[in-house]
Amino acid sequence: MKVLVPVKRVIDFNIKPRVKADGTGVETAGVKMSMNPFDEIAVEEAVRLKEKGIATEVVAVSVGVQQAQDTLRTAMAMGADRAILVLTDVAVEPLAVAKVLKALVAKESPDLVLLGKQAIDDDMNATGQMLAGLLGWAQGTFASKIEIADGKATVTREIDGGLETLTLTLPAIVTADLRLNEPRYASLPNIMKARKKPLETIAPADLGVDVTPRLTIVSVAEPPARQQGIKVESAADLVARLRNEAKVI
Amino acid sequence: MAVLVFLDHESGVIRQASRSAVTAARALGEVHALVTGDAAVADAAARIDGVAKVLRAAGAATAHELAEPLAAVIADLAPAYSHIVAASGASGKNVLPRAAALLDVQPIPDVVSIVDADTFVRPIYAGSALATVKSSDAKKVLTVRASSFDPASAEGGAAPIEQVTVPDGPAVSAFVSIALSKSERPELESARVIVSGGRGMQNEENFKLLNPLADRLGAAIGASRAAVDAGFVPNDYQVGQTGKIVAPDLYIAVGISGAIQHLAGMKDSKVIVAINKDPEAPIFQVADYGLVGDLFEILPQVEAALDTAG
Repeated sequence: MKVLVPVKRVIDFNIKPRVKADGTGVETAGVKMSMNPFDEIAVEEAVRLKEKGIATEVVAVSVGVQQAQDTLRTAMAMGADRAILVLTDVAVEPLAVAKVLKALVAKESPDLVLLGKQAIDDDMNATGQMLAGLLGWAQGTFASKIEIADGKATVTREIDGGLETLTLTLPAIVTADLRLNEPRYASLPNIMKARKKPLETIAPADLGVDVTPRLTIVSVAEPPARQQGIKVESAADLVARLRNEAKVI
Repeated sequence: MAVLVFLDHESGVIRQASRSAVTAARALGEVHALVTGDAAVADAAARIDGVAKVLRAAGAATAHELAEPLAAVIADLAPAYSHIVAASGASGKNVLPRAAALLDVQPIPDVVSIVDADTFVRPIYAGSALATVKSSDAKKVLTVRASSFDPASAEGGAAPIEQVTVPDGPAVSAFVSIALSKSERPELESARVIVSGGRGMQNEENFKLLNPLADRLGAAIGASRAAVDAGFVPNDYQVGQTGKIVAPDLYIAVGISGAIQHLAGMKDSKVIVAINKDPEAPIFQVADYGLVGDLFEILPQVEAALDTAG
């Protein structure tokens, strides 16, 4: 079976983002960018399915600017077979990405689309669910375990109070939680090989998708700063202050 | 136009977070609550203060709050509503974006403040920035952060209950099993006090050293990702960008360095205490009270201090 893995280029998770002085967004110029950590987990899972002989082809997809090519090369260095870049300069929202992916699903006919559960920049946690809705496919979100057999995916999901297991009829959508796996590092030979793997570039218009955002950013601001705290010398002092000063115990 | 609020429940009890969603929804219009499950859940929803009507989707198709039938129910009911709201827990995040796609609407997750009927504030980049967004969609689909809205009272309402039918659709998913973490302690998201442990707890056995302190304070126990990944506690203890978002009166971080991803889940707590042996740990930048030292020595001292002070 074929697996489609959408990946997103985001500010590296180790970097503390800085809000632009004019309040229009977050500074991205000259900032280190990487593959969204949840997407690395999705790629890893897809590659493992291939290594187990369950998947026959893994196709990585990204919707975004030209530099998203680097993210797709990373996915191919991890083991994806080929990649598709849907090139746009617009900051795309999950609804638009889901529509682009739906069009690619029609073109590529995958049996499984594996996404990260959320991107660490917009923190939306929506694209996988929206794609499943648009396609009318089953969804297994926040997956920490996936087993595929007999045309079904058995997915263990992280829910508020513990874990839940569902079976999904394929084709289906699964979104990866942190606990699904430990992504591999791409080795140098694999990075070299990935340069030769096919990377196709298309425009959203070629897929018939309008990517105009539905949300307008009115402003982006720093969250209110917390007042500087104090260091206390002893446990007794701490307890006394919590009781008498903060009055929380 | 009225507002439809999806109330999720666990083991037949409506989550407190969903009552916070009712409070948020009341700022937007008359609140109609959608529930699944047995009659007792619908009765509990009807008693929530501020709920004008309860819509009950009963039957096998909506048991276990599966996203596929529930999103179809919401899309079916949507024409009568201006806004569709849920708490941003695992259930709301699973179901609402799917319903939004069926309605061709871009959802607005994790709302912390409602400016007006079209304009909402939500954190982005693990809470490093607050974005104010205005939606041009005819209908708004939002999940709200429970810690930003006081829960509506569980009593005081007397709303009528109506049955709603689930649209026919192929059963593409099926429930197999559920494994809930058993705990006598308060729920993390609604606890007044939380004691959280990190990598500094070193192992599963040591992590239990937090129990007496939590018992003494009537606190819930949380954890950093490092503690969860190392297997000290189950995943649903995790506080942070990808775990639970909490804002208790008192948050005690023990052996937690304070990565951005962890701070995202707790920095709106009223009072933060950090106990850490590294004086440079980022957690001290957000802590109201910091105590530098070996947590294995400090924990018993804190308990002793609590005892002597009564």
